[in-house]
Amino acid sequence: MTLKSGPPRTRVVILGALSAVAIELARIYSKENAALLLVARNRERLETLATDLRLRGAVQVDAVHLDLATAASDARRYIREWSEKLGGITHVHVIYGYLGSQEKASADDAELSRILQVNFNSAAQWSEAAAGFLKAQKSGSLVVVSSVAGDRGRQSNYAYGAAKGAIALYVQGLAHSMVGSGARAVVVKPGFIDTPMTDGLKKGGPLWASARKIARILRKAANKGGPISYAPGVWRFIMLAIRSTPAFVFHKTKL
Amino acid sequence: MSNVFYRRDDIISWGRVLRFPHQVARPSFSDELPELVSQLGPTDRGLAIGLRRSYGDSNLNPDGKVIDMTGLDRLLSFNEDSGLMRIEAGVSLSQALQVLVPRGWFLPTTPGTRFVTLGGAVANDVHGKNHHTAGTFGANVRRLKLHRTDGSTHEIGPGDPLFHATVGGLGLTGVISWVEFQAMDIPSTMLDAEDISFEHVDEYFDLAASKKDTHEHTMAWVDCSVGGSRLGRGVFSCANWSADGGVRSHNDLPRHNIPFNLPGFVLNALSVRAFNSILHDLKTIKSGCYRAHYENFLYPLDAISNWNRLYGQAGFYQYQCVLPPDTAREAVAELLKEIARSGQGSPLGVLKDFGNAASAGMLSFPQPGTTLALDFGNKGEDTLALMARLDRIVLEGRGRLYPAKDGRIPAEVFRSSFPNWQAFTEFVDPGLTSSFWRRMSQ
Repeated sequence: MTLKSGPPRTRVVILGALSAVAIELARIYSKENAALLLVARNRERLETLATDLRLRGAVQVDAVHLDLATAASDARRYIREWSEKLGGITHVHVIYGYLGSQEKASADDAELSRILQVNFNSAAQWSEAAAGFLKAQKSGSLVVVSSVAGDRGRQSNYAYGAAKGAIALYVQGLAHSMVGSGARAVVVKPGFIDTPMTDGLKKGGPLWASARKIARILRKAANKGGPISYAPGVWRFIMLAIRSTPAFVFHKTKL
Repeated sequence: MSNVFYRRDDIISWGRVLRFPHQVARPSFSDELPELVSQLGPTDRGLAIGLRRSYGDSNLNPDGKVIDMTGLDRLLSFNEDSGLMRIEAGVSLSQALQVLVPRGWFLPTTPGTRFVTLGGAVANDVHGKNHHTAGTFGANVRRLKLHRTDGSTHEIGPGDPLFHATVGGLGLTGVISWVEFQAMDIPSTMLDAEDISFEHVDEYFDLAASKKDTHEHTMAWVDCSVGGSRLGRGVFSCANWSADGGVRSHNDLPRHNIPFNLPGFVLNALSVRAFNSILHDLKTIKSGCYRAHYENFLYPLDAISNWNRLYGQAGFYQYQCVLPPDTAREAVAELLKEIARSGQGSPLGVLKDFGNAASAGMLSFPQPGTTLALDFGNKGEDTLALMARLDRIVLEGRGRLYPAKDGRIPAEVFRSSFPNWQAFTEFVDPGLTSSFWRRMSQ
């Protein structure tokens, strides 16, 4: 009794592989017997996850420990290297991010810089490098995780929101530039995700999605769909309403 | 953050009777566990919890801390030649099967739901339909890692006293971070099964005795609503793995869901009787041999997620006892008479004969004899009074009750039927507790 083997059809790079959503996504790909290259900072956690994914069916798992925010200036070189390891790349997922604290960012320039650098500058560099590679390869998809927080500036997290909004615009532009190339790009904007990271908040109700559900949406977005996707889809209408709310009303809220 | 405890009001056990606030932490990586466990101590005791399939209060720590282990769900190693598998305590049996089955292996034994964690399977030393051949789950564990609140860690296996306290130890001896167990090889994922209907519980005992040497899996459904000449009528079910039939693992998504609590009248005495009669008629027609996938044979209720909501807002009790061979025939009949008289019998009564293998744990529930399990919708005092009457029959028959089940076992009943309990207290981590243990040890 052996598992299905043969050459893997799906070859995936996941940037920020240790988040709850990324782990669920990697498990979906493992079940498809994909080849995976996982990038994150914590070597020990990555190695444990790699073993887990191999047992769950991934035909190949490479674990690369790297600080994605600082390594972004070498993004093109890394993407080339990883493609050689995997024998081509079918999907690049950019998932890593840094929520930070608005209160701290307003008072402390280092926190503000970090929020912008991690969520926008470095993410844009990785996205540009990945898109360039996929265009040259004439196939594959780039899937970048943004956030509904990027759709309207709010007092509670406008630094994070601005960076996530900017990366969404950037990827929208990349998607445009890739038309006709055989490759594509998509930005996915999740709403509230129920993970240990958000455990301090009041949860429950229909707007909270599990990490597994968001991962399933990311997996689908890698195969098809338009350049901007909300996760789950209902957020497209919620954010339309929020963007359409006039300032004199919106400014009365504590959001 | 995952190394912090947050207040939540939705931590309930499978029976849904007891509701208390808890402080909950959800680690995502095993390296977070030592710090979390070290935050517990004699003045601030905690408990590790999993998928919360225990029915009563052994998985609750009212107003205290709990560590939700389900995020620690990595598979650590599997040797395809020997069948030795090491996985983190928060992995569900369902996930383990997804890895084992395609490679021709299976769990050594499994309870009637695959939605329990490995940690929970060890802490309750669970049993299954093949108990008479495989023993309990704990009997197939080779090694495990335990974190104690004093900061010490222990890698222990059979022969080590702390291991035998931890198996069946209800999570009180430390927090289990991983478990290594011996899987069982299977020729296919199909079972050749046979159903035999019987008209009286007496016949059950003859059937169980005649099938125990020929069939790996045995159990019986019993109708707990009728007395007299049809007392304990039911269907005896037995099976062996098919030699052929191919290897196909189960679909991990439940087919049906009960999205909310049903109103109480749905499961009243009338519908219980109707349900069992239908079950009986269906089985009588189909009585005979058939072939079934393990998903349908071993996990019939897993097709409906949240089936516990069938019992409505008030929740329900599951009552499970075991009686030794010399008293079982008489005592089980006595129990069924009492239940039929009460009119509170449930649609799901289960009878099973345990094998003679000694359990691995000091507090393991299985012992040689016959076990009876059934549900009672929570009707308050009436239900508690009925279970107290049943307790007396069990004690007179020198039987015992399953701590993971009804959440109201009186301390004196527990202590007199688990003679090891005093010796067990020596191994309890002073930083850990549960609602069950507080009631038993006071």
